[in-house]
Amino acid sequence: MNEAEVAHMATNSEVTRRGPSATAAAQSGRVSSGETPVRPPVDIWEDKDGITLCADMPGVSKDRLELRIDGNNLIIEGQVQLELSGKAEALYADIRSSLYRRTFSLSGELETGKIEASLKDGVLTVHIPKRAELRPRKIDVAT
Amino acid sequence: MFGTTTNMPSSVFDELWQLQQEVDELFGSWSSPLGIRSPPRGSFPAINVGQTSERVDIYLFAPGIDPKSLDISIQQNLLTVSGKREIKAHAEASYYRQERFSGEFRRVISLPEDVDPDRVQARYVDGIVQIGVQRRESARPRQIEIQ
Repeated sequence: MNEAEVAHMATNSEVTRRGPSATAAAQSGRVSSGETPVRPPVDIWEDKDGITLCADMPGVSKDRLELRIDGNNLIIEGQVQLELSGKAEALYADIRSSLYRRTFSLSGELETGKIEASLKDGVLTVHIPKRAELRPRKIDVAT
Repeated sequence: MFGTTTNMPSSVFDELWQLQQEVDELFGSWSSPLGIRSPPRGSFPAINVGQTSERVDIYLFAPGIDPKSLDISIQQNLLTVSGKREIKAHAEASYYRQERFSGEFRRVISLPEDVDPDRVQARYVDGIVQIGVQRRESARPRQIEIQ
């Protein structure tokens, strides 16, 4: 028995239960509400200008990416689009959902109105600047 | 599950939810043996494989790589993909999370026995490497006419 067959038997989730429709849904752009989203892995770092977040969201194109601020939260969401032929059957699946979602709560010193984001080769980069008056200032010592 | 009864901050939820997913996966695969070449859960890149009677499609979820750095080879029905993703850390920044994979990777995937190693195509779109392998004609279902 090969790896793919074993994996097929082992999967107790989306793809196996719902057959190819889980991935087919991604193709046709339907968002199935019952789907458990995948949490994209992120890097988050801070420098003197603000906070930058990088998230791996492979398979998400610009028009299927959604970035929104809800109250104090930053929500990133994306829909995977795979090119499948309609009757494809899943043999093996590490990714069993066509939806990525992750939420972060922000803090008050960040300028949510000036968030910049870009998406390249499935990597989302979000930069959230700090309010100008709160950036660390270097104070020169008069001699 | 806890969502309606407590007021926990979302970050705690995130962690709980991840734990729940891990438990689900653990028990989901509890009784079945693992593929001998399968990597631990969460390895980079994640892989999905789909098939039709004509072809097998392999999807590698490999965002932010240089497709030229990929080495894809197929020997009979064994597909090997290796490559590298280097994430440079910003020296003047303080990091809170570094969850993204950085380094070299290699995955070996066993495909159905009837794939044709001479007819393979690969492309890179939106961070996904898609490899399509045709299956041999003889293995496809044929309509047999009654004389």
